[in-house]
Amino acid sequence: MSDPTPSSLSVSTTDPGSAPPAWRRVVDRSTRGPVAAFIASATAWLLIGSLLALIASFKFQFPDWWTEQAWLTFGRVRPAHLNTMIYGWISMAGVGIGTWLWARLLKTPLRGQGLLWTSIGLWNVGMVVGTIGILAGYSRAIEWLEMPYVAFAFIVPALLLVVASFLLTLRERNAQHLYISVWYLGAAILWGPFLIIAILLPIFSGVPQGTANWWYAHNILGLWITPPGLAAAYYFIPKVIGRPVYSYHLSYLGFWTLALFYNWAGVHHLVGGPAPQWVVTVSIAFSAMMMVPVIVVAVNHHMTVVGHFEKLKYSPTLRFVVFGAMSYTAVSLQGSLQSFRYWQEVTHFTHYTIAHSHLGVYAFATMIAFGSIYYIMPRVMDWEWGSPRLISLHFWTTGLGVGAYFTALTIGGVIQGFQLLDPDVAFLKIVEDTQPWLIVRSVSGTLMTVGHIVFAYLLARIILKSGARPDGPTYFHPVPEGTFQVAGGDGTSRAPATPETD
Amino acid sequence: MTRTALIFLGAFAAVAMSFTALSLLPSLQLSTIEPTPGTNEYTYDEQLGRQVYIREGCMYCHSQQVRPDGFGADQARGWGDRGSRPGDYVYDDPHQLGTMRTGPDLHDIGNRQPSRDWQLAHLYQPRSVSPGSVMPAYPYLFEVKRKANVRPSEVTVPISSKYAPPGDSVVVATQEALALYDYLMTLKLEPLDSDQNG
Ligand code: HEC
Repeated sequence: MSDPTPSSLSVSTTDPGSAPPAWRRVVDRSTRGPVAAFIASATAWLLIGSLLALIASFKFQFPDWWTEQAWLTFGRVRPAHLNTMIYGWISMAGVGIGTWLWARLLKTPLRGQGLLWTSIGLWNVGMVVGTIGILAGYSRAIEWLEMPYVAFAFIVPALLLVVASFLLTLRERNAQHLYISVWYLGAAILWGPFLIIAILLPIFSGVPQGTANWWYAHNILGLWITPPGLAAAYYFIPKVIGRPVYSYHLSYLGFWTLALFYNWAGVHHLVGGPAPQWVVTVSIAFSAMMMVPVIVVAVNHHMTVVGHFEKLKYSPTLRFVVFGAMSYTAVSLQGSLQSFRYWQEVTHFTHYTIAHSHLGVYAFATMIAFGSIYYIMPRVMDWEWGSPRLISLHFWTTGLGVGAYFTALTIGGVIQGFQLLDPDVAFLKIVEDTQPWLIVRSVSGTLMTVGHIVFAYLLARIILKSGARPDGPTYFHPVPEGTFQVAGGDGTSRAPATPETD
Repeated sequence: MTRTALIFLGAFAAVAMSFTALSLLPSLQLSTIEPTPGTNEYTYDEQLGRQVYIREGCMYCHSQQVRPDGFGADQARGWGDRGSRPGDYVYDDPHQLGTMRTGPDLHDIGNRQPSRDWQLAHLYQPRSVSPGSVMPAYPYLFEVKRKANVRPSEVTVPISSKYAPPGDSVVVATQEALALYDYLMTLKLEPLDSDQNG
């Protein structure tokens, strides 16, 4: 129980059926405070971000609703939504999940708890300042960077404190082999602060500011939000299924190609704009090359899951994470294709782009975050979720919600794009034809928000350990004997064969 | 440790490289660019108006970049007689290039719709001049007062009867609304000098 060294590991893994190895409990416990606090803060921002999203969306149905209040005008609420979701929800969730994975995969108790607590405090203050700043009219109006500088004066140090804690933990690691998830997390924790600091340098204006802007915004997605998502998918899919990841070599290939290609891809947002042609061309080329890492990851995950799809029926973690991993493939291939000039000519400047970004940040990153949290929290809190029905409700509202959202805005956006290319279609006609799709957006957004409220409720219950102690891991349906017997599975009763034990 | 360091430093170097290429190089390349004809430093009022444009997030529905010949239908739609050039933006910080066209591109709005009455009425209530528009109304950039209280220096905005305030009240533009109008009128794409027609 008190021995966190890997020596205890070798004993218990050769002894299937015993309790989880002692070191794992110790490591999980060591992450309790910071991980729970990061995830709880993230979820609070998720709720705020959802509310802002709904206000922004319903304004298209009711443009004269709440127009006297400057702070509720569309042009402020929309960036406030984006910033709370990106820097509040998905970043803090990513750090929370990443922190837990980091300690677990390095097989050592988390170091620098105090640093992480300080980070959480600073980060939340920064978010409050930033969100209120945008609503109060201090937006910088640079997409993905709207929060005023002062907000970043809190958030950047918060990030650096996370880096420090990660390095301290890394130094004390007991793992010989660094699993691929560690690569992704370690790289992201360096990339994130670098991106933010680089873009805040006050050296840009005019068109170059535009290229820098899209270099940044796209990289925050690809190098800060994506890696924790992939790290989680690489960990949880093999873990829950109970077999090793299909190929280590593919996982390295996927990592390096992402690291080398992704960061060149962002400026395709300026295709046909006033940016220097070569910059845009380079970006298009690298966007196309992004197919390599994406296909590599997709093949690797598919080959891991293949033959075990029936487990999706039972395990909440697996269901959310596989949904997310499949969305990753979809969003990335879509991204590669839409960077081409012809398709950009049609879809750029339309709601199609909004659909695409929600496929990435929501259907991929957010769904994986949900799944990971369903796995992590019981281990961190030593308590169970208790309500399969509510988890199921959460899954279906968010899954169907984002599905409808994506479909509607994709179709609506393509129509909008072709109409914009036809000078004979009056502009107000385009506005009118877009309306039905925007109604679907409001409805599906409402559905997703319901899911978020359910999720927040479940999270509050597990953190507060309210009610009677639920027994056993929470599955959607009673699990037939043997389903998760291969090793480990979603429960805690078996030692896994992967990934920690190799 | 060396292997670990290699992984993370390698990954880091990859990104530092693209930062140099995609962010710093364009800055250098365009640092000597000449402003296009008609592109001037903003006056105090224009800058104030630009600030309102930024604050209210007009950018989330309006781009400021007319596409070049042979790409898209911007020019055929009458959104400008030429594509936008880097020289059009030399005084723009922050840039407002935009990524959405829920509303029309505005880079040439000064030529397209110079009427002050139209622009102010449109900001006060878009649906009073463009029925079916989804653009937000900005009533807080205006004051509604009794006709008798309007000072001669103030600008009264004619509003169509459906949206006009009741009784003997009228809509008066605030300094911010007038400044925003001034800023919109700076958005004009003038023909290029012959040597810039590259
Ligand atoms: C929710 C999206 C939205 C926002 C935010 C928005 N607009 Fe618009 N705007 C539109 C739409 C749609 C139209 C086309 C219909 C119309 O004329 O109202 C339009 C039209 C215009 C036009 C007329 C363009 C033309 O070609 O005739 C101007 C000028 C304009 N907007 C300025 C602004 C300014 C200034 C702001 C910020 C204070 C702003 N808009 C904010 C959606 C928006």
